[in-house]
Amino acid sequence: MKFFSLLAGRRSAPLARERLQILLTHERGATGHSGLIAILREDILGVIAKHVDVAPDKVEVRVENSDEVAILEIDVEIPRMAARAMMPRERGGRAA
Amino acid sequence: MAEVLVVTSGKGGVGKTTSTAALGAALAQTGQNVVVVDFDVGLRNLDLVMGAERRVVYDLINVANGDVRLQQALIRDKRIDTLYLLAASQTRDKDALSEEGVRRCIAELRERFDWVICDSPAGIERGATLAMRYADLAVVVTNPEVSSVRDSDRIIGLLDSKTVKAAKGERMEKLLLLTRYDKVRAGRGDMLSIDDVLEILSIPLLGIIPESEEVLRASNLGAPVTISNATSAPARAYMDAARRLNGESVSMTIPSDRSTLLTKLFGRRAA
Repeated sequence: MKFFSLLAGRRSAPLARERLQILLTHERGATGHSGLIAILREDILGVIAKHVDVAPDKVEVRVENSDEVAILEIDVEIPRMAARAMMPRERGGRAA
Repeated sequence: MAEVLVVTSGKGGVGKTTSTAALGAALAQTGQNVVVVDFDVGLRNLDLVMGAERRVVYDLINVANGDVRLQQALIRDKRIDTLYLLAASQTRDKDALSEEGVRRCIAELRERFDWVICDSPAGIERGATLAMRYADLAVVVTNPEVSSVRDSDRIIGLLDSKTVKAAKGERMEKLLLLTRYDKVRAGRGDMLSIDDVLEILSIPLLGIIPESEEVLRASNLGAPVTISNATSAPARAYMDAARRLNGESVSMTIPSDRSTLLTKLFGRRAA
C-alpha cells in the first residue's frame, strides 16, 4: 500500500483542486450559480441543433478565470457523420 | 450606520459559530456595539461558545413573534460591555421563524448596534436562507478541503439570489474566511492552498485562521478565542480580520503559535 502511494506521489492537493474545478463548472451551470453560462449553453446548443444533430450533453461551456481576463471555452462534440457534412465540399481537391 | 453580516458556509463544522463569536468579540473590543445572533433554531450553540448558556431566558423566536421586547432577550457579555448575544430557541424548529418576524427583528437591531452578526445554521434550507436574507455582507467560512469548498460555492450562489440585496439587483458583498489552515501541509502540497481556494471561489479574502488547539480550548472555556487567549495565533488572525471589516488595510499574514524551547519543555502556559 505504502509502495503504491509512493509511486503515485504524495501531493494530493493538485488532484483536489482539479476535481473541484471540473465539478463546480458543472454544478454552477445546473444550480444557476453562474446563470450566464447556463443561458449561453442553451443558446449555443439551440443554434447548433438547428443544423446538426447534437446530443445536449455534448456541449460544454466553461469559463476559466485568470488574473487579467476570463476565457470562455466552448466544446461541442459532434458525430463524425454530421462533421463530414460540415466540411466544404471540394472535388478532387485538398482536404479541408 | 449598522452593518448586518451573515457568517455562513453551507457545510457544518467548519467554524461558523467559532468565527461569529471571535469576530463579534474582536469588533466589540474596539468599542463598537455588537450583537451576535444565533439562527440555528433547535441546535443552538453560540450561547455555549460565548459562555452564556445558563443566562438564556428569551430568544430570537420570542422576539420575532413579538412575545417579548428585544431588550428582554438580549444577553450582555460579562467581559465586554458592548457585546450582546441573541440566542436561538432550543425547543422549537426552524419553521417557527417567520420571514416578517426576522425582518422586524433585524430592523430593530440595526437601530441599536453598529454590527449585527448572524450565525447561520449549516445547510441551505430555511434557517440558512433566513439568516442571510437581510444581510449587507457575508463572511463565507471555508476549510481548505474539497467538500467545504464545494458547499461554499453553493452558498455563494444562494447569496447572489436569495438575499434582499440581490433581489434589489444590488451587489452582495462576500468575503472568504479560510479556517483550519495548516501552512505546513499546504506547503507540502497535501492541502489546498490559499490561492487554490481563492481561484475556485473567486471572492476576496477576509482572513486566514490557522489550525490551532486554542480554538477547542476557547470553546471548552466558553469564551471567544480573542478573549480566552488574545495573543494566540487564531485570536490574532481574527483580530486582523475584524480590522479589515472595519475598513483598515492590514497585510495578510498567517499568524503562528510560537513554540519556544521553554514551552516545549514545560508545556503550554496557563491562560
